[in-house]
Amino acid sequence: MPTLKIPTPLRPYTSGESTITLPGETVAEVLKALVERHPELKRHLLGDNGQLRPYVNLFLKEENVNQLQGLETPLTEGDTLLIIPSIAGGKEHRRDHAP
Amino acid sequence: MLPELSHEEIHRYSRHLLIPDVGLEGQRKLKAASVLVVGTGGLGSPVALYLAAAGIGRIGLVDYDVVDFTNLQRQIIHSESRLGDLKVESARDRLQDLNSEIQVDIYNEYLNSENAFEISAPYDIIVDGTDNFPSRYLVNDLCVLTGKPNVYGSIYRFDGQASVFNAEGGPCYRCLFPEPPPPGLVPSCAEGGVLGVLPGTIGSIQATETLKLILGIGEPLIGRLLLYDALDLSFQTVKLQKNPDCKICGENPQVTQLIDYEEFCGIPACDHTSEEWDITASELSARLKAGAPMRLIDVREPHELEISRLEGAELIPLGQFASRLSELDSAEEIVLICKSGTRSARALEILASAGFKKVKNLKGGVNAWAVKVDPSLPIY
Repeated sequence: MPTLKIPTPLRPYTSGESTITLPGETVAEVLKALVERHPELKRHLLGDNGQLRPYVNLFLKEENVNQLQGLETPLTEGDTLLIIPSIAGGKEHRRDHAP
Repeated sequence: MLPELSHEEIHRYSRHLLIPDVGLEGQRKLKAASVLVVGTGGLGSPVALYLAAAGIGRIGLVDYDVVDFTNLQRQIIHSESRLGDLKVESARDRLQDLNSEIQVDIYNEYLNSENAFEISAPYDIIVDGTDNFPSRYLVNDLCVLTGKPNVYGSIYRFDGQASVFNAEGGPCYRCLFPEPPPPGLVPSCAEGGVLGVLPGTIGSIQATETLKLILGIGEPLIGRLLLYDALDLSFQTVKLQKNPDCKICGENPQVTQLIDYEEFCGIPACDHTSEEWDITASELSARLKAGAPMRLIDVREPHELEISRLEGAELIPLGQFASRLSELDSAEEIVLICKSGTRSARALEILASAGFKKVKNLKGGVNAWAVKVDPSLPIY
């Protein structure tokens, strides 16, 4: 079964799990299994249209799945899918550091 | 014409001159170079220090903040003696103390769409040491519109990212992340924390990439994103492609000038929770003393409650909030609590959209409670 690597910012929604092995033969199937297991992840990863959010990227062996076959990209035993979210760092709002 | 090096400079940069890939000519390129470092915080500190030490002839520093006690855990350019001082002044003095031969320009202002072109004009390369999404998109767009490389770094807890965007025809930040997450969806370091050394690692990589770009050596991090996991001690790179549909560097760009980045990032012009939902620490204290029946819900992570907590507060971490709504009753008066009021505001949004009306957000969080009501508690 393919493995998903969960980045730190999303681990609060996976009860702290950093790697999760899930059944599925395509990226879409593995994501479906992931959000069924951790429903709170769904709004972080997928939009209402079921597509990946524009601030989340999935990589398979160095390649962005968008450059492969997107959510229909086939996965095989032992594949590792990396979730790469955008992270900004320090402050949430620029206005937070107004004096 | 590259500038000559004085005997003193030749002595100072001896360890560079010994490397054939740098040599005299390379060191003269560094002297001729100019770099703008946006942000003098966790990332900007090591970037600026190493660039100054390396002999970059002109360094610009942009920030609009003062040195705070909680900065010192990672922002190594500043020091205890400079608490409360302007960050750009504290940083400039440290850089000039390290290397008096170089020029350091300071801009004590937010980089914004109005001032960005003017501030960045004298510099060849821009280093993104910012700490928020609006600034990151601004730096990216500025680099694309002015044709300058964007040396990117970003950090969270134990995770870091680095890349060189918009260089030699490579992808830009928007090619990877066309849109920012809505406010609040991605936790910030101010809420989630960051290992103090992490920006040292990522900032050092940004400084290295900047030097490589100037020297024209090696394989710069163009078209690649470096992912660093300090816990696993793993470095991994993934390939980035230029996105033909990118709104700023694609085939049909729609963004042709700098925009309102706060609006683009969905940040409202005023505080994101309206004040009618707020309760101050003093009000809450008075109401509790008067015996008002209120349920206190702390939405922080369990380990944070060991630092400080309000007596009687129950824990429901924000990450579990939406799935534990059944534990709350809309007939009760509920006060939501976190460190400084940001995460609890988000929990409040969840409750409000579920129809809860009798909910308040403790303004300023448990830190405000420590200041106004219970000075025996620490502030973190």
